[in-house]
Amino acid sequence: MKVAMTINGTSQQHEIEPRVLLVQFIREVAGLTGTNVGCDTTSCGTCTVLLDGESVKSCTILAVQADGAQITTIEGLAEPGTLHPMQEAFRENHALQCGFCTPGMVLAAVSLLQENAHPSEQEVRSALEGNLCRCTGYHNIVKAILAAADAAEVPA
Amino acid sequence: MIPASFDYRRAASADEAIALLTENGDDAKLLAGGHSLLPLMKLRLARPSVLIDISRLADLSYIRADGDQIAIGALTRHHDVEVSELLAREVPLLPAAAGQVGDPQIRHRGTIGGSLAHGDPASDLPAVVLALGGSMVVRGPGGERSIPATEFFAGFMETALAADEVLTEIRVPRLEGAGWSFQKFNRRAHDWAIVGVAAVRRGAGSGANGGGAGVALVNMASTPVRATAVEEALAGGASATEAAAHAADGLDPPSDINATPEFRRHLAQVLVRRALEEAGA
Repeated sequence: MKVAMTINGTSQQHEIEPRVLLVQFIREVAGLTGTNVGCDTTSCGTCTVLLDGESVKSCTILAVQADGAQITTIEGLAEPGTLHPMQEAFRENHALQCGFCTPGMVLAAVSLLQENAHPSEQEVRSALEGNLCRCTGYHNIVKAILAAADAAEVPA
Repeated sequence: MIPASFDYRRAASADEAIALLTENGDDAKLLAGGHSLLPLMKLRLARPSVLIDISRLADLSYIRADGDQIAIGALTRHHDVEVSELLAREVPLLPAAAGQVGDPQIRHRGTIGGSLAHGDPASDLPAVVLALGGSMVVRGPGGERSIPATEFFAGFMETALAADEVLTEIRVPRLEGAGWSFQKFNRRAHDWAIVGVAAVRRGAGSGANGGGAGVALVNMASTPVRATAVEEALAGGASATEAAAHAADGLDPPSDINATPEFRRHLAQVLVRRALEEAGA
């Protein structure tokens, strides 16, 4: 069936099978491979994207369910060649090691600050419960998110 | 992993969803947030040939006061329950528990109706609705009926919903200042409860909602289950500690990688005691 959504401001209209997952649509149909697939079971959060501004796990949504939605992936957070303040905070605070979980972490963090602009450290840690970092680099990820919250308003 | 092939139908109304269910029978499943169903479909543990998407039925997403009850549309997301000011004021147990379902991403998609209709004994909200003495409003070809939570959970992941019925609304009584607690025991963030407890303590004979305590357990049986022995002990004047000793009475808790039945019985007793103390035994 025909599915149309906007990914990072660009309209994507494609004929797909209803069983295609949103993450497949993003990676394989739209060709945006910044969104990683980790566990594929709604656990690790690596495939997190923003759907109409809110963090979701794109491995557990059918692309047809996102028909008409606005999707933001890691590629769409900032203009090419620039960094979103959350990406900047991750870089400043060494909040990544292997980097595999990073796109999901950054988008989960952006969604968090939209709901809670000035979270406590505990609130940040709770909000990341759906994002796993197997390098176990959580400490600097939390630091980066708190720094981004301190620094400024974080735009979507 | 992707699910096996299915026909995708998008319902424009609850009535259309009922018509599609009637037409397709047991081969059809309703899709709301999809966060219980899609993982099962990816693992081929569920293989519906028709998926009826009801997630766009905005008129089934609401939280409103209705007399001495709060009515919650079945498609209300966990996130919306979690941040509802009305619920925080009137039934704080519910948003407290909804805020512990899964993780923020899951709560942005999963719905209260989906969670209840899924009927998983390990999920949090069925126990909460049981402890509150809530009810489910369901609609089928013959009209609407109300099912008390105590009669809704029929077996392992089975409910009293008929194949052609749609869960449309969840009704819970206002707590009217009653004490409450939600205890969830797990070893890792984001996990299902190994055992969980939802408890409500009302003063004896208080108001329209009736007196006494409501205590229900997560992951202690093949269905979400009320701890009736605890409730009876409290009604008979037992202390929190005395009543909590009956937490696992008559129950046959599951055995899995996380816990033996014996450990679950122990957990239930400890968590019920904590819950009753927090709820003001």
